[in-house]
Amino acid sequence: MSYCKQEGKDRIIFVTKEDHEAPSNAELVEDDPNDPYEDHGLILPSGEINWNCPCLGGMASGPCGQQFKEAFSCFHYSTEEVKGSECIEHFRGMQECMQKYPELYPQEDENESGPSGGDDTAPAEPSNTDAASVPDSSVDEVTVAGTENAATS
Amino acid sequence: MFQCKTVWNKMAPLARASSTLCRQSGKREVLRHVRRPVLAHQALMSSGATGGGMENTLYVLLVGATCLGGGVFVYRTLSRDKARYDDRLSDISSRWSEQREQGPAQAEPQQGAAASDPPPASAMSPVEPALPEVPEHAPYLLIGGGTASFAAARSIRARDPGARVLIVTDEADLPYMRPPLSKELWFSDDPSVTETLRFKQWNGKERSIYFQPPSFYVSPRELQTVENGGVAVLMDRKVTHMDVRGSKVKLSDGTEISYDKCLIATGGVPRNLQVIERAGEEVKKRTTLFRKIEDFRALEKVSRELKSITIIGGGFLGSELACALGRRSADLGLEVVQMFPEKGNMGKVLPEYLSNWTTEKVKKEGVTVLTDAVVKNVSYKDGKVQIRMKDGRVVKTDHVVAAVGLEPNVELARSAGLEVDSDFGGYRVNAELQARANIWVAGDAACFYDIKLGRRRVEHHDHAVVSGRLAGENMTGADKPYWHQSMFWSDLGPDVGYEAIGIVDSNLPTVGVFTKATAKDTPRAVTELSGTGIRSESETEAVAGAVAGAVAGAAGAPAPPPQQKEDYGKGVIFYLRDKVVVGIVLWNVFNRMPIARKIIKDGEEHADLNEVAKLFNIHDD
Repeated sequence: MSYCKQEGKDRIIFVTKEDHEAPSNAELVEDDPNDPYEDHGLILPSGEINWNCPCLGGMASGPCGQQFKEAFSCFHYSTEEVKGSECIEHFRGMQECMQKYPELYPQEDENESGPSGGDDTAPAEPSNTDAASVPDSSVDEVTVAGTENAATS
Repeated sequence: MFQCKTVWNKMAPLARASSTLCRQSGKREVLRHVRRPVLAHQALMSSGATGGGMENTLYVLLVGATCLGGGVFVYRTLSRDKARYDDRLSDISSRWSEQREQGPAQAEPQQGAAASDPPPASAMSPVEPALPEVPEHAPYLLIGGGTASFAAARSIRARDPGARVLIVTDEADLPYMRPPLSKELWFSDDPSVTETLRFKQWNGKERSIYFQPPSFYVSPRELQTVENGGVAVLMDRKVTHMDVRGSKVKLSDGTEISYDKCLIATGGVPRNLQVIERAGEEVKKRTTLFRKIEDFRALEKVSRELKSITIIGGGFLGSELACALGRRSADLGLEVVQMFPEKGNMGKVLPEYLSNWTTEKVKKEGVTVLTDAVVKNVSYKDGKVQIRMKDGRVVKTDHVVAAVGLEPNVELARSAGLEVDSDFGGYRVNAELQARANIWVAGDAACFYDIKLGRRRVEHHDHAVVSGRLAGENMTGADKPYWHQSMFWSDLGPDVGYEAIGIVDSNLPTVGVFTKATAKDTPRAVTELSGTGIRSESETEAVAGAVAGAVAGAAGAPAPPPQQKEDYGKGVIFYLRDKVVVGIVLWNVFNRMPIARKIIKDGEEHADLNEVAKLFNIHDD
């Protein structure tokens, strides 16, 4: 059973799990998906890639940013059966570039943060709804992004 | 104005002399009039008219002569000063043109008039006609090398392919993040932590405070020519003058750099107490104003060598340092005292009942907390720093840390012609963080217009990231206003922490909804789950779906549930302004920031905040 107390201008309510069982009747304002001010996830409403997405870490802004953008764009727009199969050259170029900066792009197990100090403060998170609505190919994309994120930019 | 001052100073003895003369004659006059009634009636009129006739003329003559003499003197001094001034100006301008002819690379040896730090002894005059160390032009110039600047650099590079970004910083370090300096770095068991500046998060993952290792950056020398551009950091240089008309800045050594777009992210300088400023050298050299890496290193050394440290200030920095030092106090035999004028830790941020609770937690970390403490006087006596408070209490300590706020750095306002905000301090910018055409400001130094919450200035890490990023976007043509609300967080050890967003001011009326906490409701647990201790990033990490091994069961034995007296186990606190929620604190409730952000963005009046609290599902996990 919830109970309240008032300490001056501050009100304190204690609740139990049961108190919060019933769904909330608080109303939230409908979000406008085309709001120009909102941050977007990986894919912009126009279908383009948001290179500034925090989820990419600093992949698009590092020394190998150019190669990464080329490879990733190729993959994203690829309509082949095996998505991205025509992008091998780009990915190879990216790989070559990354090998020149082992500190930034550790080549070992992607899930480790690696000995480099390269973790970045990814600025603010993208709006969750947008990220969730990323298309099916997102599974691969997100894995790519994920590994790169862990591997640091 | 300067001339007048010098002239007046020189005139002073003369002025004094003449004024005494006036006074004395005046007195004589007065006394004469006073004495008059004593004389006979008949004498009255005659004495009045002619009384002191002789003396009068003499008096007039004297004053006249003085004035004439003074006038002549003033004229001569002014002309002499002007001559000297002209000489000096021509001197300086000839030196400037000399430097320009010789080229910026060789400007460094000529320190001359400039009174600031000399640049590092890196290769200056190259043998072949190669590039100068400092590029003459930077399409994107970022002044300041902190969090906001780095976030902007990244944003620019992401949006403008091949962008060439130059960061100029007066520190000797590459861009780094500040929160671990008062938290994680202190909890490290590694004795070389002051060198490596790497910290272990609660979940065991290691990380450096530097955003990127040196290999990420290009050298300033190569910036203009390197293929695909890059980010270069010019360290140990201070921008001392900004010429907006000419779109260029001048460094402390006289070097000029022109720009197309400029970001000012100069952050701030820790404030000091006046009583310490006035207390003399012995006290000042035992006082730390904590902000940078060097301050961390110095304080870490102090904590190992001295027996007592007192922290003045009860806000974020003061409380975090107190907790950090408190945890070491037992091992080091160190006494840690924290004092502040409020009634409890975070007194300006948390409502009183939570502030009291927080204070008890800080005390449990081994800190002697003195509340309602206003420092009246600080002195150095018998080998100890003595702090005397207004109510008579005295604290004797070896070292003082002053954590009493930040003074935003607006040194460039004058030369650049930028507006400074009188309410909040910092450069005044619009909602798009723009100060003037082609000049943006981000981070601690920016007083910006928040469309939802009004004009404000925010001194938190995530705000530096969000605003830096936005500035970078706008510098590359986005023209977006500040919209994504930044958050902040603080941990009081591994067991209790909170995240907050918006205007979190304890003066506002609050409504708090609390419930009992479980073992999963701790900063340690949430770090394990999200893979990062920098909690502004935990949401991003979740979206990127990166950290595979983060699922429950990762880190050994489960932590025991936190012990709390009252039932403030976990909860949500709403801060209201005119019945609208403008700020939210999530107390031991994690991964709910998007909901909090949404509620503030809506800006609606809610009749029952308990219903709003339900949206957070604080009982789920």
